[in-house]
Amino acid sequence: MLDFVQQLVSGIALGCVYGLIALGFVLIYKATEVINFAQGDLMMLGGFFAFTFIGMLGLNYWLGFAGAVAAMALFGMLAERVVVRPILGYPQFSIIMATIGLGYFLRSVVGMIWGTDDFKIETPFSDGVLRIGSLVLAYDKLSVIAATIILCALLYLFFNRTTLGTAMRASSENMLAAYYMGIPVKRVVSIVWAIAAAVATAAGVLLAPITFIHSNVGLVLGLKAFPAAVLGGFGSIPGAVVGGVLIGVIESMAGFYLPQGWKDVAPYIVLLVVLLLKPEGLFGVHMRKKV
Amino acid sequence: MRFLFKTDYEDDIKLFPHSGYIVSYGILLAFLAIAPFVLSSYLVSQLVFVCIYATVGVGLMILTGFTGQASLGHAAFLAIGAYTAGYLQQYNVPFPVYFLAAGLITGVVGALVGFPALRLQGIYLVIATISFGFIVEEILARWETVTHGNEGMRVKTLSLFGAVVPRDGPTFYFLCLGVLILTIVGTLNLLRSPTGRAFVAIRDSETAARSMGVNVSLYKVKSFAISAAITGFAGVLFAHKMSFISPEMFTLQLSIEFIIVILIGGIFSLHGAVLGAIFLVMIDPFLTYLKDDLPVIIAGIAATFGADSITAGKIHSNVAAIASANGLKGAIYGVIIVLFVLFEPLGLYGRWLKIKLFFQLFPLYKRATFKRQKIYVKSERNR
Repeated sequence: MLDFVQQLVSGIALGCVYGLIALGFVLIYKATEVINFAQGDLMMLGGFFAFTFIGMLGLNYWLGFAGAVAAMALFGMLAERVVVRPILGYPQFSIIMATIGLGYFLRSVVGMIWGTDDFKIETPFSDGVLRIGSLVLAYDKLSVIAATIILCALLYLFFNRTTLGTAMRASSENMLAAYYMGIPVKRVVSIVWAIAAAVATAAGVLLAPITFIHSNVGLVLGLKAFPAAVLGGFGSIPGAVVGGVLIGVIESMAGFYLPQGWKDVAPYIVLLVVLLLKPEGLFGVHMRKKV
Repeated sequence: MRFLFKTDYEDDIKLFPHSGYIVSYGILLAFLAIAPFVLSSYLVSQLVFVCIYATVGVGLMILTGFTGQASLGHAAFLAIGAYTAGYLQQYNVPFPVYFLAAGLITGVVGALVGFPALRLQGIYLVIATISFGFIVEEILARWETVTHGNEGMRVKTLSLFGAVVPRDGPTFYFLCLGVLILTIVGTLNLLRSPTGRAFVAIRDSETAARSMGVNVSLYKVKSFAISAAITGFAGVLFAHKMSFISPEMFTLQLSIEFIIVILIGGIFSLHGAVLGAIFLVMIDPFLTYLKDDLPVIIAGIAATFGADSITAGKIHSNVAAIASANGLKGAIYGVIIVLFVLFEPLGLYGRWLKIKLFFQLFPLYKRATFKRQKIYVKSERNR
């Protein structure tokens, strides 16, 4: 039983990271119907920015965190402007390829600049554990869970209570109509990318105590976050987090209870089964075309 | 320029619209036939890879280019073909038998993947095929009695009708070329047939195809099966060319490379599959060339512009350091993919068409001929 709870907590912590990356996928998809395959790589780049600020320049953790988030928000806008805006509205396949290309580029360039070693970011939660009875919970995992809850609450408030959030929801419903209503759709889209990159950076920095940062971490985690977004139903913000947590828990349970090898495949098998039964994901809405 | 007057449907679906095609393809074939006797063995080996990748490209083109079903799991089909060959070969099964068996098995697996894929669209299909790729990769690593797990499997030299065919000899090259040509001709015929028309109809509009009486599910499964079978055939050749196969050769990376083949070649044409394969295979020798010669050339240019020998040496070493950096290949891939998507969505074949049209219409060519129309965002959510 104790093992089970232990595995559950670490699964949820890992799942929250997947959920945060998946959140980035979903934000961008909701606003622009673009699937950003480079989301994991944005996270990786954010992690490296944070590493540069904190590990190499010796800034305070929180300052470095904020700096990395700000830098990545700018980078997200830049990526949107250069890669995505010219092909907005073209078939999804082209956009998927463009973002795959962007991901390739980021991975290689990061590998060239920072090298291909593993890096570690020192965080205030790096060591120290919380003991409840005989249950041992590491602070770094709890910090991830707490941060996910805070970020989700912030995003919820942002989308439902601010003008900008409302504008984003409007342009995700119908871009042309939003444009006619006077919403600067292009600027909204670039802000969405900025937010997605910032959320990804937060995920990257929070992740640092759990796994090391290296140039391929984005690919590895992005490929786990992707099923998370799909499982939750692409385009649903709570779905992304729930999907992420599910994937994380499945992975950690399969790693503990099932023979070796199942750990990496179990999330995908579950995903395939879910897609078979519910092709638009768990929380997806199936919109019908009116004729 | 030549005007083609088509007076009936038969004219429209001719394999060779006019005699020029026969002449130009004949010349190309003649060049390919003498290639192994003139080119260095390294280049012939690259040509074999071009043939294999192009075969996979044609297979993927049927599915993605002509039926509009994206797949990022084709490395798995290649793996199934390769492992079938490796496994059957241990029991001294002759080549033609296991070649056909590999195609059959991958075809059946492809159909099985096609069934769940029927309900999925766009992004959900992409992620389902990625999952399929991962699962196959893991099965290959775990099913040790058949695949030898992560140790990998040795593939014996190919023997065809009692004669040994070494993997770097001209005979093997001709075998691969033959498979490629058969695949292309077969695909061309498939596209002329009702089945191919149905594929294209599904790609262009599923709803319209269905209302025209096309059995969408049947043709989607067919498309998956045919595409997988062709990839399986290529897998057999791939196994023999590599002479050693292991699960980590058939990763998502390879599936993405196949997509690059059809994307950079030109997504709606069979020429594109071949051009893309040439491009993908040639990027490695090109990078080697960059590493060896580019520093010298740039230093030489600097010297002609009056740089002294010390600065020239510095430039030389700096350029050499950049050119031999580890991730350069990935970065170049990335940039090339993005540039093609942004500026040449029809790929290398599209570029070729533009050049051809320029000369055909010589003084009258208008750049606007190929101008892309502004597309307003069409939601795929309520399709």
